[in-house]
Amino acid sequence: MSAVLDHPASPQGAEPSITPPQASGTPVFAVTPRAREDGGIGSDLLEVSMGPQHPSTHGVFRMDVVLDGEVVVKLKPVFGYLHRNHEKIAEGTSYLASMPYTDRLDYFCSMTNNWAYALTVERLAGLAVPERAEYLRVILAELTRLQNHASLCGFLLQDMGAMGTPLMYAFREREKIIDLFEAISGARMMCNFMRFGGCRCDAPRGWLQQAARVVDAYPAFLDEFETLLNENEIIMARTQGVGKVSAEQATGASLTGPILRASGVNYDVRKVDRYGIYDRFEFRVPLGDHGDTYDRYMMRVLESRESIRILQQALRDIPEGPIIDPKSKLRGFKPPVGECYGRIEAPKGELGFYLISDGSTNPFRYHVRPPSLINLTILEDMCVGHSVADSVIILGSIDIVLGEVDR
Amino acid sequence: MLGEAIIKGMAVTAKNFAGSYVSKDRLPTIQYPEERQVLSEAVRNFPFLVYDGDDWEKGLRCVSCQICEKECPPKCIYIVKSKDKKPDYLGKPQLYPAIFDIDLSVCMSCGICAEVCPFEAIMMDQDFELSNADRFGGLLVNKEQLARSHDHHMRIRPSEAGPIEERRAAAQAKAKAAAEAKAKAAAGKPADGGD
Repeated sequence: MSAVLDHPASPQGAEPSITPPQASGTPVFAVTPRAREDGGIGSDLLEVSMGPQHPSTHGVFRMDVVLDGEVVVKLKPVFGYLHRNHEKIAEGTSYLASMPYTDRLDYFCSMTNNWAYALTVERLAGLAVPERAEYLRVILAELTRLQNHASLCGFLLQDMGAMGTPLMYAFREREKIIDLFEAISGARMMCNFMRFGGCRCDAPRGWLQQAARVVDAYPAFLDEFETLLNENEIIMARTQGVGKVSAEQATGASLTGPILRASGVNYDVRKVDRYGIYDRFEFRVPLGDHGDTYDRYMMRVLESRESIRILQQALRDIPEGPIIDPKSKLRGFKPPVGECYGRIEAPKGELGFYLISDGSTNPFRYHVRPPSLINLTILEDMCVGHSVADSVIILGSIDIVLGEVDR
Repeated sequence: MLGEAIIKGMAVTAKNFAGSYVSKDRLPTIQYPEERQVLSEAVRNFPFLVYDGDDWEKGLRCVSCQICEKECPPKCIYIVKSKDKKPDYLGKPQLYPAIFDIDLSVCMSCGICAEVCPFEAIMMDQDFELSNADRFGGLLVNKEQLARSHDHHMRIRPSEAGPIEERRAAAQAKAKAAAEAKAKAAAGKPADGGD
């Protein structure tokens, strides 16, 4: 009991404001002592199991929260409800057959998942990617970032109680990008587009012009979205100072992506690793000051603006040429013996794949470093001391997709 | 002033509301099934087996090499090879699938089967209205249900089917010429031998 009450969020030294457990007889419902010896969540505070079917948890995710009145005292994220053996399946199938499964990790951003996996296998097998394919990959990855950030902002506002409007505006814009994905890859979300050493097919005629039109129209949407939301008093009251993460905490928990940069840490894999051809583009990495939910929201908007700059440069410079390395082959693909870690800056953070090849058609070990899962580990530190309603928007601002968390 | 930004936001929603009456861009809803969206050519749903000519059983391009069965990530394809052989479009005797089943409830529409097929025999369809009352038997489709004519392929994806058609026609013409030359030589030989 004291272990829980020593927490800074609880009144220090004061008597708990709830009915104390009775020594004998029938315990009072909801304040029943549930102390456990094994150190798990156990207290005489109210323990609530939020999820796994709670709409605010963005999927089948459960938060075991211990509440002191309305305030979160302790929180345990519980995941694994969507576990589907992704890594083990990948070790049992060919390298190519894992490509469509990577679509289903973070199902909002299948293009970047494809790229991270293809990049790793290319390093493992020593394949070179032709110029045009590199440009196409950048274009598709940045479009993915745009639509991911738009829908994240929409969902975040939905969690705050803005019923529908911002989400619908975001989805209307997302729809245009999804249509582009459909026209190039054949599927709206499960694109399965990248291949080892390039891309599956070239862009159809008129696609690049259509993409340029969508990109040129996007700033107008962002302006509208920002007018609608940025200075809104309710949003500021709900998000500013909520769920603060300091730079030390963020690096200590190995956070990556917009959530790390919202805490003011200048770390973007596109700048650090310069994978692909990102060294050719001029763009800035926006940084936050406070590391609160408002900064995390703003980070998405500002990153979208930078993505548009990258897209405009890429769409201007894209050369003609082949789309795939002639050395790569679909059937009977066997990379040499070795191991490799490849990573990219996915919209949610650093997405890495770790592969060990034993020279056969299947990877010996296949491991995913999912940004959603690792960003989620700090949830307790962010939520403690805030109300339940705030913990919902804090979770929303982390931007998780359960397909990636559980794999 | 407190509430100023909220009023500004209201102006944005009002603009969108009014705009939805005049601008198609702001009202993307389509009244399905009366209205239908034009699908782009790349759209893929479930696989189908291509056949040439009018008879699906004769014209099936599949030679049951089982590459798609092996490469299929969720392993939804089941093939049994035939015992006998039948001539393909070039006149070469080839095996054909005695059984070719796809479990559509397992298929994840990735398109890898169409990509790896060396005979251009399996392609991705665009038919999405597949609701069925029987989720086991109804979604397990056999080769008769999977067979679609080459014209269907030409209709849904001309830029993919066109070059394939040209390539196959060229190969067919070449094979025909070779066969004729061979027949001619064979016809000439006995005469030579008789001399």
